[in-house]
Amino acid sequence: MSSDIVIAILMTMAGAATPILLAALGELVVEKSGVLNLGVEGMMLVGAVITVAVTLTTGNHLLAVACAAAAAALAALIFGVLTLTLSANQVATGLALTILGTGFSALFGRPYTGKSVPTVGSPFPAELATDPVWRLLFGHSVFVYLALIMVVAVWWFLQRTRSGLILRAVGENDLSAHSMGYSVIGVRYAAVAFGGAMAGIAGACFPLALTPQWVERLTTGKGWIALALVVFAAWRPFRLAAGAYFFGLMMIFEVYAKSSSSFRVLPSEFWAALPYLATVVVLVLISLRREGSSSAPACLGKPFIAAG
Amino acid sequence: MTQFNRRTMLKIGGAAAALPLLGSRAFAQEKLKVGFVLIGMPDDNGWNYGHDRGRQEMLAAIGEDKVETTVVTNVPEGPDAERVFRELAQQGHKLIYGTSFGYGDYIHKVAKQFPDVKFEWATGNATAPNVSIYNAKFHEGRAVIGTVAGLMTKTNKLAYVGSIPIPEVRMGANAFAIAARKVNPNVTVKVVYIDSWFDPAKEAEQARALIDQGVDIIAQHTDGPVIPQIAEERGIVGVFGQGADMSAFAPNTQLTAIIDRWGPHYTKSVQSVLDGTWVESSVWDGLASGEVEIGPYNAKVPADVVAKAEEVKAAIIAGTLHPFAGPIKDNTGTERVAAGDVIDDGEFWGVDWYAEGIEA
Repeated sequence: MSSDIVIAILMTMAGAATPILLAALGELVVEKSGVLNLGVEGMMLVGAVITVAVTLTTGNHLLAVACAAAAAALAALIFGVLTLTLSANQVATGLALTILGTGFSALFGRPYTGKSVPTVGSPFPAELATDPVWRLLFGHSVFVYLALIMVVAVWWFLQRTRSGLILRAVGENDLSAHSMGYSVIGVRYAAVAFGGAMAGIAGACFPLALTPQWVERLTTGKGWIALALVVFAAWRPFRLAAGAYFFGLMMIFEVYAKSSSSFRVLPSEFWAALPYLATVVVLVLISLRREGSSSAPACLGKPFIAAG
Repeated sequence: MTQFNRRTMLKIGGAAAALPLLGSRAFAQEKLKVGFVLIGMPDDNGWNYGHDRGRQEMLAAIGEDKVETTVVTNVPEGPDAERVFRELAQQGHKLIYGTSFGYGDYIHKVAKQFPDVKFEWATGNATAPNVSIYNAKFHEGRAVIGTVAGLMTKTNKLAYVGSIPIPEVRMGANAFAIAARKVNPNVTVKVVYIDSWFDPAKEAEQARALIDQGVDIIAQHTDGPVIPQIAEERGIVGVFGQGADMSAFAPNTQLTAIIDRWGPHYTKSVQSVLDGTWVESSVWDGLASGEVEIGPYNAKVPADVVAKAEEVKAAIIAGTLHPFAGPIKDNTGTERVAAGDVIDDGEFWGVDWYAEGIEA
């Protein structure tokens, strides 16, 4: 493999990892507050279709991403009302949100099918990215940098701020947090809305950076990978970033392996199965270290009903 | 037209069995009810679009006073398809088209239970007394685009992105490679599969990976226009529309397109059901009968290349050129077809090798 190919693989890997990372970061915060929202895929699709609609109507990418975040956050708040205020089952409601998002996006996206969406490029001047090695640093779409900034921001928020401490307290022991006077429901609403907004931005990556068009089910299950990744990363932002890039590399490795003669020793089905094989191996390794399972927020998925 | 998707079918499925939902229509003119089962959406600008356009042409030709259609979209090639076919049959559809290869088992199963309902299986490989198969010789079109690709590539690296490794897809790649090497013996064709009929993200990533490795012309056998978009974005020499004209997605890069025309077949087969003359059959036509069309050539394709491509097309239509005429070697160097021989329509489905010049 020449260095050009290695750079190309790394570039494409960052692109593929980014939507998963963005969505998983949002879900990490949601789960840290003790809520399990399985509707990530649905919210991503809402974000994706809104992005396409706004981009094609106004041509303004920033507005499109903002609308995508807002719309997906709104979808998340529907989930919030049902599970937090009305104490509905979170697993069932989350799955319903995915179905709702899939259906809504398919219906809403009808007029936009079959149109090319202008993509967003790198935020840096093009001259910086002419050299292949510099391209690795400066040649990505703006989402790649945003996702990495958000990793640090989420870590800093959870570990270094008072609000982050409260959010974790709500997720670990909702009754104690409640008795100390914190609004458990209020914190969880905020977390759910943030998770929705992040999923919406993740959805926006697809039409603006990866597949410049709208088709039904555009995100092809990446929301589920994001959900798995949160567990995989044991609810830690930096491990989440590493996990997302690892998944991204596995997914991308397949497409390069299939088209390169160096990998012809094994059939293409093997490379297609590789991400899943790698997942199993990594999960086994993590569980051997006996720290994966104990790191789940204690109140994850349990409804909170304040007594009195 | 009644348009259902998979989810509304779920809802009405149970109700339809119990309630005479469509009873009121039975009093009207005894319209023939025709069902279409699609694997994706009619607005995919590719495979499903082609079938839906064929349906519309059929409706226009026969008249909506004689026939009404139901389209069920997004039906996966799995056990759920069986339910969809059964429900269409139960709802009184007398002719049902399944437009994907993977529906075969389910069509045959349901067809046994509804002997008076006619089924037609697109790209299928087995018939029954009430199951016909119909297909188009896309490989004839691929011989034409292979000629264009062989003449226009600068890096001599071509690629063929396939969906699933079934005989039809493999033979498309073979036809493309054989034609390209006939005009340019130096080209190699990378054949890769995305292992799905629909996965735009993977198609895009695969296209980027190929371009990164020096491929400058990509042909595809997948359903949507993502690859032309990526090719346009990267500014490579060319791509080819598949199933439909995709020049809207790649105005500077689509060299030409292979266009599916199912209208003539649908019109003929619906008419035969109306006339009571439908019989078990296996239809497989190509360029000559208009089921496969070559789209307009991009302005950047030089006149001599267009002339050569049109010459290949005309020769195939006239029957003087066979896309699989020997001598053909496979990619290990073994001679598979002797000079003067061809791979005939029967042998076609059993070919399990790739032609010389293919890296797969």
